Amino acid sequence: MTTTQPHPKTSPLIELSGIAKTFVVRRRVGRLRRTRAEVHAVSDLSFTVSRGEMVGYIGPNGAGKSTTIKMLTGILVPSAGLLRVAGIEPSRERIQLARRIGVVFGQRTTLWWDLPLRDSFGLLRRIYKIPPARYRENLDRFVDLLDLGPLLDVPVRQLSLGQRMRGDITAALLHDPEVLYLDEPTIGLDIVSKARVREFLREVNAGQGTTVLLTTHDLTDIEQLCSRVMVIDHGRLMYDGDLDGLHSLGDSERTLVVDLAEPLPAIEVDGGRVVRVDGPRQWLAFPAAASAAPLVAAIADRYPLADLSIQEPAIEAVIARMYAEGVAS
Amino acid sequence: MMVYAAIASRTFRRYATYRAATAAGVFTNSVFGFIMAFTYIALWHARPQLGGYDVADAVTYVWLGQSLLAPAALFGGGFQDEFSERIRSGDVAIDLYRPVDLQSWWLASDLGRAAFQFLGRGILPTFFGALAFDLTLPPRPGTWLAFLCAVFLGVVVSFGIRYLVCLTAFWLMDSTGVQQVAGFCGMFFSGMVLPLTVFPGWLGDVSLLLPWAACLQVPVDVFLGKHEGVQLLQTLGFQAIWAVVLLLAGRALSSLATRKVVVQGG
Ligand SMILES: Nc1ncnc2c1ncn2[C@@H]1O[C@H](COP(=O)(O)OP(=O)(O)OP(=O)(O)O)[C@@H](O)[C@H]1O
Ligand SMILES: [Mg+2]
Repeated sequence: MTTTQPHPKTSPLIELSGIAKTFVVRRRVGRLRRTRAEVHAVSDLSFTVSRGEMVGYIGPNGAGKSTTIKMLTGILVPSAGLLRVAGIEPSRERIQLARRIGVVFGQRTTLWWDLPLRDSFGLLRRIYKIPPARYRENLDRFVDLLDLGPLLDVPVRQLSLGQRMRGDITAALLHDPEVLYLDEPTIGLDIVSKARVREFLREVNAGQGTTVLLTTHDLTDIEQLCSRVMVIDHGRLMYDGDLDGLHSLGDSERTLVVDLAEPLPAIEVDGGRVVRVDGPRQWLAFPAAASAAPLVAAIADRYPLADLSIQEPAIEAVIARMYAEGVAS
Repeated sequence: MMVYAAIASRTFRRYATYRAATAAGVFTNSVFGFIMAFTYIALWHARPQLGGYDVADAVTYVWLGQSLLAPAALFGGGFQDEFSERIRSGDVAIDLYRPVDLQSWWLASDLGRAAFQFLGRGILPTFFGALAFDLTLPPRPGTWLAFLCAVFLGVVVSFGIRYLVCLTAFWLMDSTGVQQVAGFCGMFFSGMVLPLTVFPGWLGDVSLLLPWAACLQVPVDVFLGKHEGVQLLQTLGFQAIWAVVLLLAGRALSSLATRKVVVQGG
């Protein structure tokens, strides 16, 4: 279930090339003077997403993630570059595209505050012209998967954040979109709700082959859902690949934990560096991309090795380092 | 089309749930109706046939004004508060990625509101007025029908103006200033304060050509039977032209707004 089935169609569903978005902001300086400043929210962004992929789109605050998603939905016009979603230029044919995409903005709701969930969904059925049978089938399935049954008759304003989010995710999928954009779908959710939302997204992606692009600040989302990650910072794509590659890119180090037969001074060995000693146990850092085998062999050769284990770098640490370096450059 | 009908009926039902507000509205409109009716009676006794109306016409004018004040949103309001708030907060993004037309969406919503307010808030004040005063009531059913058409067109014209006002929020962030100016113009140039036919000289001539005239002055004149035959068609045509011009201007401005300007917030 965790692996996404590659779809036979190989032409990219989402295609960006050289996309830029510049905002012009006017700032007040002094009492009356105002200056124009340009904010380059996204610069020279190029990537493609194939049908059926589930891609994580991460980056620090203000990196340009939401801006990218808005351009992909057609509500924001790129300042430069070429953008195609399902062969359509989003901002030109926003309404045609709208029937084929689903969007969840974690911080906003598509639902109507004064209506019960059921009525909000009913209105969406009309808006998206969903055939009644299809609508009923989808609704039943989502209600079941997301456990919405008891909430259907509650006005949206009375729902908790997590309940509302489940409603919003359902709302985005009722019309069987080909692509689902999620801008921070797990923001503010508790662990149980997060797990449920993730399970659901995995199901939608694997079951229907819905292409998913999701932004998040919770890297567990990415680890559990996405085989591919894109990291954006200052509007530029810093990384595009799988999670493992991200480890090596961040110059990260793995840790070899060795238990010696007796307490000894710090091990001296090529390719590793002792970072901590505690009695007979020592921690050695070595590059994540390097193999542990020669290091282990060299140690076993010269020291009384009793036991060993390897710790993978935490993805958080890798990303944090990437963000920090991005900010420094 | 189904979507827009659903939206209109949703707004209708939503306004129908505000029972206390509706009752308070009827009460206020009726109280103002009595105050203004006595004022007008005094005025028309001093200046008979002012603006081409006799006393009964003038009092009818007052009551219809009170009745149409809310449905035609002569001071502004209706969908405006919600829409400009959505622009300001960036929630308009949600409206924009749906496969519906933004302007038609809000027009449907506003028509649903107007329909409720016409029935729920509009009928009673004039009914009370008719109990207390001699009103000029249309003798022929055709005139009633023409009046309903004129009210409908007036609401659309009023929507067209208010929609344009809201769109300024895309540039100004806060459109309350513009809304206040527009509300003032609406009050004055719709004929709510005094019939436009009473305004002297060029001010009267010009104000009768402005779109606000289509919102109150025209429907009332149709009700009073001031326009008959070809002239009636011309009058309804005058409203229809303003409705079309304003709606087209709204379309142009919203596509400009969404292309050039920005949806707020992450
Ligand atoms: N309407 C706007 N006007 C001016 N600048 C904007 C506007 N919207 C976004 N920006 C700027 O563009 C940059 C990217 O913003 P964006 O919302 O895309 O970031 P993000 O990656 O979604 O961040 P976060 O993780 O905080 O949601 C930021 O520097 C932001 O200040
Ligand atoms: Mg964001």
